Amino acid sequence: MNIKLNIIKKTIPIQCLLGLLLLPGIANADELNQANTAWVLTSTVLVLFMTLPGLSLFYAGLVRSKNVLSVLMQCFAITCVVSIIWLAGVYSFIFADGGELQAFIGGTSKMFMLDLGTDSLTGDIPETVFFMFQMTFAIITPALIVGAFAERMKFSAMLCFSTLWLIFVYAPICHWVWGGGWLADLGVMDFAGGIVIHVNAGVAALVTALVIGKRKGFPEVAMPPHNMPMVVTGAGMLWVGWFGFNAGSALTSDGSAGMAMLVTHIGAAAGSLTWMFIEWVKFGKPSVLGIVTGMVAGLGTITPASGFVGPIGALAIGITAGIVCFYATQCIKRVLKIDDSLDVFPVHGIGGITGSLLTGVFAASSLGGLGLPEGVSIMDQVGVQAIAIMATIIWCAVISYVLLKIIDKTMGLRVSEDEEIAGLDIVLHEESGYHGL
Amino acid sequence: MKLITAIIKPFKLDDVREALTEIGVTGVTVTEVKGFGRQKGHTELYRGAEYAVDFLPKVKMEIAVSDEILDQALSTIVNAADTGKIGDGKIFVTTLEEVIRIRTGETGSNAL
Repeated sequence: MNIKLNIIKKTIPIQCLLGLLLLPGIANADELNQANTAWVLTSTVLVLFMTLPGLSLFYAGLVRSKNVLSVLMQCFAITCVVSIIWLAGVYSFIFADGGELQAFIGGTSKMFMLDLGTDSLTGDIPETVFFMFQMTFAIITPALIVGAFAERMKFSAMLCFSTLWLIFVYAPICHWVWGGGWLADLGVMDFAGGIVIHVNAGVAALVTALVIGKRKGFPEVAMPPHNMPMVVTGAGMLWVGWFGFNAGSALTSDGSAGMAMLVTHIGAAAGSLTWMFIEWVKFGKPSVLGIVTGMVAGLGTITPASGFVGPIGALAIGITAGIVCFYATQCIKRVLKIDDSLDVFPVHGIGGITGSLLTGVFAASSLGGLGLPEGVSIMDQVGVQAIAIMATIIWCAVISYVLLKIIDKTMGLRVSEDEEIAGLDIVLHEESGYHGL
Repeated sequence: MKLITAIIKPFKLDDVREALTEIGVTGVTVTEVKGFGRQKGHTELYRGAEYAVDFLPKVKMEIAVSDEILDQALSTIVNAADTGKIGDGKIFVTTLEEVIRIRTGETGSNAL
């Protein structure tokens, strides 16, 4: 978030957060701004609403009815676990001063937030609010990965993986980009989490799908969504919640938040329609699942760009998202036959990569953007974006792989074949989502 | 007494029920069922993945009638459920040995 502070909101004081990156001439405004506080409070609610119940319903509808509760449970439990470890130390590892290691990881001074008071500020909003706002991003990221291993992972293994992944993958990468780490020093532009959240979750999803293996019967056996109205309900909540995600990431209630909201909306609409028209032409019918998947692709892709581009850039990014993510989905599932069950990598990973690269292009004022830093060309910025994407892919893939292998060797990742056939709801939770008489 | 088991298109249920009520049939049991006949199934497409749906949703009606109104009941169902298109369904007729009204203990056609 340092970049958005530096480039977009030169009035926000960031010294308490990013001592290394102070620009000369920044006013030392350590006074509370109530308007900004109110908007970030609201945004925090919206982003949590994306996971509970938005993403939960979206995913729950996409799985088979015997696994509906397991997916809802995973999203809910991740919310709880991430919240606790966020307090315990993950927030500190990202946003506390890391001293000599600042380029790579934050410090330990904010573990358990012992010194936190109601008058502690981050910029011109209370640190309590900043802490909560950032936490909701940390919650949705491992929850996104659920889509890759849905319908076959042990609940215990899922809890362990999500916890370790947040500490060893999310915390360092988030610190590099938003906590004043080395990617922030390079000048990476990731307004609301194209790299930190979407590339990160997408890559982890792909690795998880490969390590845990295909669901029994994939791809020969039909595994259609069991409840499409639930999928569309969740998708609608995601769209609405995304305004908090992107416009909230401005950390101010001003024109930059307004512009982020506008481009977010255009990206979503353009992505939705693009996916819908491709299906219409290719398969003969515009599908409901197609239009909502295009929406998620458009939103994930506009996310890194949302504070940097203008409406025309958003339109271009949304359309590109629809095309690229559609073909990525076909490729991963139909050609490579990888069972990333709910298409997390092709939608979030590929969308995040595409959007993060295009941010460097459409941020240019010549292309309707809000402008690149002085002396930085489009090619320079795209190069920085590519470095950040590569670093994220490598770190995330390697560490995720190691974590999954350790869990697999110790407690086992996957339920037995019989349990998978019976369904995770009854086997892991002794409950059923739906009852007859 | 006969038991009529009619498999019909779901959207024809209301028409059939109304027509049966008009000729004096006083009770029907309805179940949502799936199956296939000559109509066979259809395909569904989710994110480019095509699935064959082999069993189509139908409604099964079970109607117990006296022998006197059997023919009238059958023709009523046929007329009301007919769309002229494949998949309109089938009617099975079986002999009914006994009927008992639980509340009163009445048996035979008195219980219909």
